[in-house]
Amino acid sequence: MAKLILSMDGLVLKEIPLTKERTTIGRKPHNDIQIDNLAVSGEHAVIVTILNDSFLEDLGSTNGTVVNGNPIKKHFLQNNDVVELGKYKLKFVGESAPAANAEKADFEKTMVLRPSAMKTPAPAAATTGPQSAVAQRQAAVQSAAASAAATGIADKDAKSAPGGPASIPPAAAKPGQPLGAIQLLSGGNAGKELELTKPLTTLGKPGVQVAVLTRRPQGYFITHVEGDKRPTVNGQEIGAAPHSLKDHDVIELAGVKMEFFLKA
Amino acid sequence: MDLTQTLEIATCTDPGMVRSHNEDSIAADQGNGLVVLADGMGGYNAGEVASGMATTVIVTEMRQILASARPYELDQKNNQEIAARMVREQVLKANSSIYQAAQSQPQYAGMGTTLVVCLFYDNRVLVAHLGDSRLYLLRETKFRQVTRDHSLLQEQIDSGIITPEQAKKAAHKNLVTKALGIDPMVEPEIHEYPTKPGDLYLLCSDGLCDMVDDEDIGMTLQALGGNLKLAAQQLVQMANDNGGRDNVSVILVRVLREYPGPRGVMAKMFAWLK
Repeated sequence: MAKLILSMDGLVLKEIPLTKERTTIGRKPHNDIQIDNLAVSGEHAVIVTILNDSFLEDLGSTNGTVVNGNPIKKHFLQNNDVVELGKYKLKFVGESAPAANAEKADFEKTMVLRPSAMKTPAPAAATTGPQSAVAQRQAAVQSAAASAAATGIADKDAKSAPGGPASIPPAAAKPGQPLGAIQLLSGGNAGKELELTKPLTTLGKPGVQVAVLTRRPQGYFITHVEGDKRPTVNGQEIGAAPHSLKDHDVIELAGVKMEFFLKA
Repeated sequence: MDLTQTLEIATCTDPGMVRSHNEDSIAADQGNGLVVLADGMGGYNAGEVASGMATTVIVTEMRQILASARPYELDQKNNQEIAARMVREQVLKANSSIYQAAQSQPQYAGMGTTLVVCLFYDNRVLVAHLGDSRLYLLRETKFRQVTRDHSLLQEQIDSGIITPEQAKKAAHKNLVTKALGIDPMVEPEIHEYPTKPGDLYLLCSDGLCDMVDDEDIGMTLQALGGNLKLAAQQLVQMANDNGGRDNVSVILVRVLREYPGPRGVMAKMFAWLK
């Protein structure tokens, strides 16, 4: 949730979460954020919050509202914007800032498309018989998409098309992440090497002892899956939680020793 | 009939990497073979309220009904099994509770939730759903989606406007065409499927299937099917590793053995004795 941090002369006075659709700022006590200072008008400004977006609007105050040094009438608040009201400063901090700031607006919350929007073109073709039902539906879907675009929903998503959620290859490791591999040190297949390219690789004998090696952006992890005995890493039995693997760790599983290493 | 020994259930839910709170809600009643997953929507806390109401209403109401009736009993009026009607009525009850709360309290205005409900009984599963939360099935080595989303995207695919490949990159993934609690009346999509011992069912919110490819989900279930709890955690972790832009919830249900509903003279006798 977005919030405002009220400060004066660099001293933080208060944190105000923007929970309401309208948050009013002014000198009079009925305001949501009351700032008792003569430089602030009785009803100075208002912040309108719609979903993840907040807009600041000056309500015709005597001394005006300044954002990042510029006087504004209406302003779309972005993360780390500083609103100045006389000697007071209000810093705007967006939802889960700052890491997600760039992506924040991209991934919209699930919304319902009202059935009424789907029905609009139906009456025109209502009497043309069942064959046209499919065409009607198609037209309805198209018009719904258009109306979504008109209301600005698709507009916001359009930004997400390049670099948005869809274009991230799922389960792929970050480029530049070293590829891991294991080499068997004992048993019948000693010397055999296995590259760990998949997001997860299972090892061991089902029903006896199984562990899984997972490839994550942070590196490789080993987790115990089934069996009474847990695998060991460098002679130490691992816990229930995933165990991070380092270069040249020696894993022992179902009586077989193997070495984990990173390829250049 | 108690299904505690017949089904193995694991659940996991997580707010993800971006959202500050979890609007998903999950519930499982193993003895009655009932699992419910809901993904709420609506400003600030309203989404949580809607999904929480959906799971609570459905699980408590179903528990009461199942205490005295069997899903495969026949309806006196139309000679059909009562299971579908039973589930549908509870979904409608949840719908009107959410709708009324949204109407009467301004802070809940416009809230709603998606829904997937599975009721296991008599070697079958009854599935009711609304919106874009999904049910998948892993049977032997085949992994497939069971439910069809009620979303604008799915309708566009069905009417041939876009291909499934384009859909993966589409902009408006977030628009659902049906949801619980938005309108005074709603018709959930209800189907019944036979189950087999060994089947692994996955219920998930769009936070999982939007972030992780179906192929990777299937692979994870195959690899970690021996440890359901771990498999559920692994799926959530994969969604988070890929960005975790939405709340992620999963319910895994493994059918361990056959569970035919008791019928015939002996069963009637027991029912009568009760």
